[in-house]
Amino acid sequence: MAETLVKKFVVTRFDPDKDEAPRTESYEVPCHPDWKVLDALNHIKDEIDGSLAHRWSCRMSVCGSCGMNVNGQPTLTCKKAVSDLPDTVEVTPLANFPVVRDLVVELDGFMEKLKSVKPWIIRAKEKAVEEGPMRQSQAELEEFKQFSMCINCMLCYAACPVVANEPEFLGPAAIALGHRYSVDSRDEGAAERNEIFRGEGTVFACSYANECSEVCPKHVDPAAAVNQAKFNAVIDWAAGLVLPRGGKE
Amino acid sequence: MRAAIAAVEADPDISVALVSKVYPMRSHTVSAEGGAAGVAREDDSLEMHGFDTVKGSDFLGDQDVIQYFVEHAPKELTRLEHWGCPWSRNEDGSVATRAFGGMSTKRTWYAADKVGFHMLHSLFQHSLRFDRIVRYDEQFVTKLIVDGGQVRGVTALDIREGVVRCILGRAVVLCTGGAGKIFPFTTNGNIKTGDGMALAYRSGVPLKDMEFVQYHPTGLPGTGILITEATRGEGGHVKNKDGERFLVTRDYGVGKKAELGPRDMISRAIVQEIEAGRGIDSQYGQYALLDLTHLGEEKIDSRLPMVRELCKIYAGVDPVYEPIPIRPVVHYMMGGVDVDIDGKANGVSGLFAAGETACVSLNGANRLGSNSLTECLVFGARSGLSAVNFAKGASAGDDAALAKVGEAEQGRIDALRGKQGGGETLAGIRGDMQKAMESGCGVYREEATMQQTVRDIAELEGRYANLSLEDSSKVFNTEIVAALELENMLDCARAVSNSAASRNESRGAHTRRDATARDDVNFLYHTLCHFDPAGPRLDKKDVTLGRWEPEERKY
Repeated sequence: MAETLVKKFVVTRFDPDKDEAPRTESYEVPCHPDWKVLDALNHIKDEIDGSLAHRWSCRMSVCGSCGMNVNGQPTLTCKKAVSDLPDTVEVTPLANFPVVRDLVVELDGFMEKLKSVKPWIIRAKEKAVEEGPMRQSQAELEEFKQFSMCINCMLCYAACPVVANEPEFLGPAAIALGHRYSVDSRDEGAAERNEIFRGEGTVFACSYANECSEVCPKHVDPAAAVNQAKFNAVIDWAAGLVLPRGGKE
Repeated sequence: MRAAIAAVEADPDISVALVSKVYPMRSHTVSAEGGAAGVAREDDSLEMHGFDTVKGSDFLGDQDVIQYFVEHAPKELTRLEHWGCPWSRNEDGSVATRAFGGMSTKRTWYAADKVGFHMLHSLFQHSLRFDRIVRYDEQFVTKLIVDGGQVRGVTALDIREGVVRCILGRAVVLCTGGAGKIFPFTTNGNIKTGDGMALAYRSGVPLKDMEFVQYHPTGLPGTGILITEATRGEGGHVKNKDGERFLVTRDYGVGKKAELGPRDMISRAIVQEIEAGRGIDSQYGQYALLDLTHLGEEKIDSRLPMVRELCKIYAGVDPVYEPIPIRPVVHYMMGGVDVDIDGKANGVSGLFAAGETACVSLNGANRLGSNSLTECLVFGARSGLSAVNFAKGASAGDDAALAKVGEAEQGRIDALRGKQGGGETLAGIRGDMQKAMESGCGVYREEATMQQTVRDIAELEGRYANLSLEDSSKVFNTEIVAALELENMLDCARAVSNSAASRNESRGAHTRRDATARDDVNFLYHTLCHFDPAGPRLDKKDVTLGRWEPEERKY
C-alpha cells in the first residue's frame, strides 16, 4: 500500500433506541491517497466499529445511496476524494431529512413527492408495441435529457433553503422529474402536471436560491427545471383564461 | 420491476408486493452502461441475433429460450421506449444502435452510456402509476416460506425496525441480480450478494451452471469500476505496454472481430499479455490499456460521457487525451436459479426467477454484452405473467401455520444480532472467501487450485458459525444485514467452486489450463448444484439444441 494519509473522521452517531440526541464519535483513519470518503467510512465499519450505519452500493456515483453532509456540504461520499479534504472530516447525515440512525435518513417523504408529480409518460391513447418506437429528434431529446439524469441522491434537498423551512415543499428533484416528462415530446400530460405545479408548496414556493443546481453531482440543474415549470404553469393557466381548455372539460 | 408491471397489467384483480433490500432505484441495474440488444436494423435478423447468442454461449445456451428471447427483444425495448426511456437517436429520429462484442451487426440500443440507469429509472417511474404495486422498501428477505412443495411468500427483516414479517403471496418471483461480491475484484455494487440464488438453493431449487462467471475485460484497476464495452463498440483499441493492438496482431481466436470479440476471449487475451510480460505495473497489479484518444472529444462526450467522468474521478485519467488502464474484472454470473422458459423454478411450485438471479439458459457458458439488460425485460415480463397464471389457480396457505415460520425467523435474527461468538469477523471471513474464489475460480482455472477453493469455502462455513458481531441495535442494523448477505454469498461461492471443479473441459468463461479443449462428448450439459446439509450435490441436465449444432467456436 502506498503512503497513507491519517485523517480524523468525526461522525454523527444516533441510535433512537439508546440515544436521546445525536452525538459524534471520532475515528483516526489511515487513508490510502486514492480513497473516497466512502472508503474511509467502510474502513471504520470493517476494522474499527461494526455498529456504524450508512448506506452505499455502486461506489461509482450512479446509485445515489451514499449522500451525506461532509464538512457541511451535501456530498456523494463515493465521489469525494479524501485528499481534497482537510485533516478533520466531519460526516453528518444529509440535512433536512428525518434521521433513522447514524448517517441513514428517511426517504419515504421523497418517494411520495416523486409519485405525486406523475413521473411517467401520459398519453390520451397508449401506443401499441406493434406500432414500433416513436420518433424523437435530437432537439426533442435534448429538451428533457438533462433532467432525466437525476439519480435521486437527495443532495439537492439537503442544500435547499426552502426544504429546510418547509419540509413539505415538493423540492428540486421531484419537480425536475415531473418537468422532465412534461417536456418529453412523447408525453401528453403537461396540463395535468401544470395543475399540480400550480398547487401550494410546489414550484412557486421556490426562492431561486439555486443551491440545488450547485450541489447536484449529475449536473441536472433542477433550478432550471423549476423555473421552466413555473413559466409553463403560468402560461398554461393564462391560456386557460382566454381559451377554452381543449379536451379538459 | 418488469415482472411486477407485467403482472398488474395482466390481471386487474391482483396486487404485487415489490420487496427490496434497498429503495428500488438503487438496484444494481443502475450501473449497467453500454446497452440492450434487440434486432432493429434492416441488415439484421432474428436468426443472426440467435446464432450470435448461441455461438457466444459456446453452445451451452438452450436454443428454444434463445429463439423466444430474440423474438421478444425488439418488442420489449419498444415498450420501454413508449414508457419514456431516453434512447439515443439517429438523425431521422429513429432509435440508434451500436456495435457490441460478439454481435454481428449494430443491434445494441443505447442511451449514451447510462443505459442501465435509464432503463431502471424509466421502469421504476412507470411502476409508480400502479397503486397495485405495493413497495416494501429496505426489507431484507430472509427465507422463502415453502409449505408442501409450494411457495407461500417470504419472511423479511424490516431493516429500519429490526422486525421480521411474513409477506404472503400465491407466487414469488426472485429478481435479485448476481453475486459478484463473492470475488474481491468486481464491477458489482455492495448489494450483489446472491440473495435470491441462496434463497432458492436453500429451499431445494438447484443452482444451474454456476461455474460460468463472466470476467469483463475492462475494469479500472483498484476499484473494479466498469468501463463499458461500448468503448470498443464505438471504436476503442485494447493495447499492451508497447502500444500493440494484440487482438489484431496476435491470434487470440477473435479473428477479424478484434476488440469486438466476445468477453471471455478478450479477458483471456489480456491475462496472457500480462503473463507474457507485456502488461504495465501498478500498485493495483498489472494492467493493459484501452485507448479512446483517436475517437476525439466530441464523440466521447456524446456517446461515452459517463466513461469520461468515471475515468477522471476514479482513475485520474482523461480518456480524451490518455489511454485508460484496464484489467479483467468479475462482472456477471451466467449461472443462477434453475428455471424453465416460463421462469418457473425447478422443484418448488409457485416460485419464479428472472434476470441475473435466474439461469434460464439464455447465456450458456458466456453471455454476450447487452443481452442481459434485454433479458431482464423479456424474461421479467414472462415470469411475471407466469406468476399471475400460477397464482390464479393456487390455493391460499394456512396463515396461522405460516406465521410460525415468521416467528422462527424472528428468533433466528434476534439470536444473530450482536452475537458474541468465537471472534471471527465479517470482514475477515468475507475477505478470505473472496481471495479463495479469485485463486480457484479466476479467468484461468486448474484442478489443484479449484479443489483448494472447494475446501477453503467449506472451511469458511465452519468459521461463519463462530462469527462475532458488535451491533446490538434493532434500528437500521447494517451489520446483521451484512452477516445474512455473507451467509448467502458462502452458499453461492460453494456452488460456483464445486460446479467449476466438476467440469473437466474448457467452455466459454470456464477455462482450464489442464483441460484446454471443449469436450462435447462428455460435458455438453448443464451443471445442477443442489443444496445438501452434507455439502453441495451435483447433477446434470440436458442442453436444448435446435437448428444450430455445436461447432468449433472461432471468430
